[in-house]
Amino acid sequence: MKARFMKRTAAALATVGAMALGMGAAQAADPLKVGFVYVGPVGDFGYSYQHDQGRKAVEEKFGDKVKTTFVENVPEGADAERVIRQLAQTGNELIFTTSFGFMNPTLKVAKQFPNVKFEHATGYKRADNVATYAARFYEGRYVAGVIAGKTTKSNIIGYVGSFPIPEVVRGINSFMRGAWSVNPDVKVKIVWVNSWYDPGKEGDAAKALIDQGADIMVQHTDSPAPLQVAENRGIKGFGQASDMIKFAPKAQLSAIVDHWDDYYIDRVQAVMDGTWKADDTWHGLKEGMVHMAPFTNMPDDVAALAKETEEKIASGDIKIFAGPIYDQAGELRVKEGEVAPDGMLLGMDWYVKGIDAELPK
Amino acid sequence: MDWIVPLILTVITASTPLLLSATGELITEKSGVLNLGVEGMMLIGAITGFAVTVSTGSAIIGIIAAAIAGMAIALIFAFLTLTLMANQVATGLALTIFGVGFSALVGSGFVGFAIEPLPSLHIPFISDIPVIGPILFGQDFLVYLSIFMVIASGWFLTKTRAGLILKAVGDSHESAHAIGYNVIGIRYMATLFGGAMSGLAGAYLSLVYTPMWAENMTAGRGWIALALVVFATWRPGRLLAGAYMFGCISVLQLHAQSAGINVPSQFMSMLPYLATVIVLVIISSDQTKIRLNAPACIGKAFRPAQ
Repeated sequence: MKARFMKRTAAALATVGAMALGMGAAQAADPLKVGFVYVGPVGDFGYSYQHDQGRKAVEEKFGDKVKTTFVENVPEGADAERVIRQLAQTGNELIFTTSFGFMNPTLKVAKQFPNVKFEHATGYKRADNVATYAARFYEGRYVAGVIAGKTTKSNIIGYVGSFPIPEVVRGINSFMRGAWSVNPDVKVKIVWVNSWYDPGKEGDAAKALIDQGADIMVQHTDSPAPLQVAENRGIKGFGQASDMIKFAPKAQLSAIVDHWDDYYIDRVQAVMDGTWKADDTWHGLKEGMVHMAPFTNMPDDVAALAKETEEKIASGDIKIFAGPIYDQAGELRVKEGEVAPDGMLLGMDWYVKGIDAELPK
Repeated sequence: MDWIVPLILTVITASTPLLLSATGELITEKSGVLNLGVEGMMLIGAITGFAVTVSTGSAIIGIIAAAIAGMAIALIFAFLTLTLMANQVATGLALTIFGVGFSALVGSGFVGFAIEPLPSLHIPFISDIPVIGPILFGQDFLVYLSIFMVIASGWFLTKTRAGLILKAVGDSHESAHAIGYNVIGIRYMATLFGGAMSGLAGAYLSLVYTPMWAENMTAGRGWIALALVVFATWRPGRLLAGAYMFGCISVLQLHAQSAGINVPSQFMSMLPYLATVIVLVIISSDQTKIRLNAPACIGKAFRPAQ
């Protein structure tokens, strides 16, 4: 009786052991879990959509070696922290938080999960396990500015802004420097809608700008509504974050396209190889993190000039924020012969001289 | 003065969805039913209108489908609150949350489609008259419908027997029941009408205002419509004025910005609600005013005595 019991126990133990071993083996082959947090819906066909394209590229590249999860429509605030923590708790080893407002929640959760790696887009605070990354969208905006300067007839640009944060202000400055490089008479009118995503309001803002004489529509909000209004009103404009030609086949001149695919693949690879570091990445046209959608609805010479500008920015021949640069108050911000350092660009809260608008505080 | 006409045109498009859904809600509330699901019904209407228009190529079929979809959702609400006597406030809120999620689910396949916006009326010569032409004779038919419906509602409530019965049901369901009116049946109809109007308002957003589908594209307009009914103290005439005033505020702040006038846009976004609170304070300070207009039985479940 006893012997039998012993035998059984041994067998059971062996089974458990085998199971444990099996589990260990399975764990080694377990996919790397990667989480993504988006501020808008993946269906916004703009900013969040492009991040999700990046996530899909990761899945395609690594197949069943990764398992990705995303949470969309996450408000920037207390809810974000809950979502990020949830992702960390459910075994994600690498988490991308893709909007500026996720910065503090990301750092807070990162402190509680030192073994999880975090990547925060467009922010400036880092930690041992928090890297930051952003794209130099403003380089694309300079190219757009050149096109706009050549295309506008009324010399009035309509600009739909989301929030007056450095990212957006920098874009406006860069765009106007591009426009002035070919047409010094260009003026810009700016409307803030205080939202990244409210198609109705973005569209109304675009209408207001057109009514004020704008004949080029630029947007730094995420829905295609402003461009669509441009199409209906028969003016030209630029797509934001992704190629929006479908919404404006006659109006879109080009679009500043975010291209996260390569970066996301690199970072996932780095985690797999154990070479991941909490560093800061700020890539632009040169590295391909930003690229321009095809130049359409413009004469060949303008398209050629746009192409040339794009190449010169990539090669470094054009330095967008090369001095001398004065702000609106006339204060010299960048000296002649110098180029604005990244730190200044990241904290840019002033308009360059020549912009006839007041920055909301 | 070139900017006046386009400004008015923009105000009209901004006001029409508010007017459509608020007219429906006004009739619903007059019958004694408080449906807080306007936002949800609008979203369902928006995606239905868009999806059907994309699939059939006909905006008219899309608009009809949107109204039917709004009614279908309102029917669920009516069944829960009138037949099963669930709490109207809680059910209405649930309806909104359901509408947000459900429309996003259905709509995920329709993101990124572009459609032709609904054609506007164009009468040769008359539509070309400066200023008056484009404003009065150059709109799409939903704009005319919204104005017609609010006027018709005013006429219905004050001049027709059916309207008086509806108000009686909303003011005292016990009495209305006692003299032989079918309280539940009338409330069902009023709620369905509200659903249809919200569905139309949603279709206006996805087919005219911004001709595309985007998740949560109502962005709070359903709540403004609800506030508007209170703001108008349940009177169609004031509702019309209020809808255009709210539309005007939202558009004017954008115009002010682009004209270089600095107004805090957050303050302007707050104004409709602030105005509603002020109206509430004013009407609450005078009991007779409330009794005259607000349906006395609003939000109360009716249990017919057996």
